[in-house]
Amino acid sequence: MRRTIPALVLAAVLLLVGCGSTAAPAPPAAGPSAERSLILATTTSTQDSGLLDELLPAFTRDSGWQVKTLAVGSGQAIELGRRGEADVLLVHSPAAEQAFVAEGTAGQRRLVMHNDFVLVGPANDPAQARGLDSVAAVSKIAAAQALFVSRGDDSGTNAREKDLWKKAGITPEGGWYQATGQGMGATLRVASEKAGYTLSDRATYLAQRDTLALDVLSEGDPGLLNVYHVIEMTTKAGERVQPDGALAFADWITAPPAQQQIGSFGQAEFGQPLFIPDAGKDEAGLGT
Amino acid sequence: MLLDGLSEAVRLLLTGDEDTWSITALTLQVSLTATAVALLLGVPFGTALALGRFAGRRVLLAAANTGMGLPPVVVGLFVTVLLWRSGPLGALGLLYTPTAMVIAQAVIATPIVAALTAAALQQVDPGFLLHMRALGATRTRAMGALLAEARLPLLAAGLAGFGAVVSEVGAAQMVGGNIEGQTRVLTTAAVLATSRGQFALAIAFGLVLLAIAFAVNLFVTLAQQREEAKGAGASQGAPATEERTAPGSRPSGPARSSS
Repeated sequence: MRRTIPALVLAAVLLLVGCGSTAAPAPPAAGPSAERSLILATTTSTQDSGLLDELLPAFTRDSGWQVKTLAVGSGQAIELGRRGEADVLLVHSPAAEQAFVAEGTAGQRRLVMHNDFVLVGPANDPAQARGLDSVAAVSKIAAAQALFVSRGDDSGTNAREKDLWKKAGITPEGGWYQATGQGMGATLRVASEKAGYTLSDRATYLAQRDTLALDVLSEGDPGLLNVYHVIEMTTKAGERVQPDGALAFADWITAPPAQQQIGSFGQAEFGQPLFIPDAGKDEAGLGT
Repeated sequence: MLLDGLSEAVRLLLTGDEDTWSITALTLQVSLTATAVALLLGVPFGTALALGRFAGRRVLLAAANTGMGLPPVVVGLFVTVLLWRSGPLGALGLLYTPTAMVIAQAVIATPIVAALTAAALQQVDPGFLLHMRALGATRTRAMGALLAEARLPLLAAGLAGFGAVVSEVGAAQMVGGNIEGQTRVLTTAAVLATSRGQFALAIAFGLVLLAIAFAVNLFVTLAQQREEAKGAGASQGAPATEERTAPGSRPSGPARSSS
């Protein structure tokens, strides 16, 4: 022991030194040649679908910026931006985003892409929601007291789901309405295991469809459009925010090469694109 | 599914899958460093708790014992708030780096090491230190002999600390951010694979985690047992737990009454 412990400590201290040198983050003022890294706060759907794995290496290659991705709900992503903990946001909760941008700490907000939300549930469809528009479908589920699994995490998907309940004039509560507080992938899993209904973005659902016992029951109405924006943060949110990194990322993801990559993502695997690139389009014209 | 996971784990390791290896290496690097820091802090602290005579010792001991059950997610939250860009240590830019993970995991492991060290030393015969001092050992050397006497439980303290941090996911996720190629460790990778519905991959990560935990324990246990065997040989058939190099004493060393 007396020999083992010092040896272990020594080994570990060496590791720590190695750790510190490889992990040292670039200071905000680093020149273009230094390794710079920015923090992207985004939604679980962009990570769970695998889109970011495809896009980010290309961004790093093109710009020299390393990206630290925090995949959280849109609500938390916006909060990280507000606190100056993230440099750039890629989120899909339009009402919350507009309110956030109006606060004045964020910079430009640009349209990036969209897909849509789908209402999914067990194939036997106990509430008979299949084929109805989204608001009618959730009304049926509430009336039947069929299990509905909610994200319950203030994510963009959760905000949209609450919106549907509001439009249906229903306050969902009771044993049939359960909140997981987890990401989309985990929530789909819970819904599948418990034979419940849930609202999902199409990309995450398609990426995991093979392992889920859930069918798409309601889709395609304008209320289910899922729009992603990139929001640059400014130093008004915190003095360590890196606006140059934010601008580099926002410019890159709305430029033609990245937009093309977004448009073809998932085509080979799922037979349909998971996201539709929209940079520069008019948001009002989406989904028509 | 479990078999799929097993074959996936074997395949990932045998084919030298680069991501799996780098994730595994980072897991070892972070958790071993955190354990070493915890030993550096926890052993002296635990020794003071066991042998010291100062006001508040019992309260601190109770605090250390409570700390053994410190929830990683609470530690993660506190460390995150401290390391935020807007937080008191924000200027260091440590959040979402392996160093931040080491800090959080060391905070988790230190009370475990301290409490188990204190428990181990309190088990040694209280007369031991007096005995050593009477034999002419300096205070430091007597303390060293005491730590050597309690080496098995101290080893267990170190391994318990390592086991706690290598398997935790809450703090690693919060302060590390599970960033690919930078702060993704086996536990957070398993969670991500699960949320992506890649269950075989998730199980494979879990099995790799079990394997490295076992390997570390095996390595330390073997090293320790070998030393014990050497010690037994050196003192001519004396029991393996016999202290063999007690400083300032005759070759046979003081008898260990508790064994």
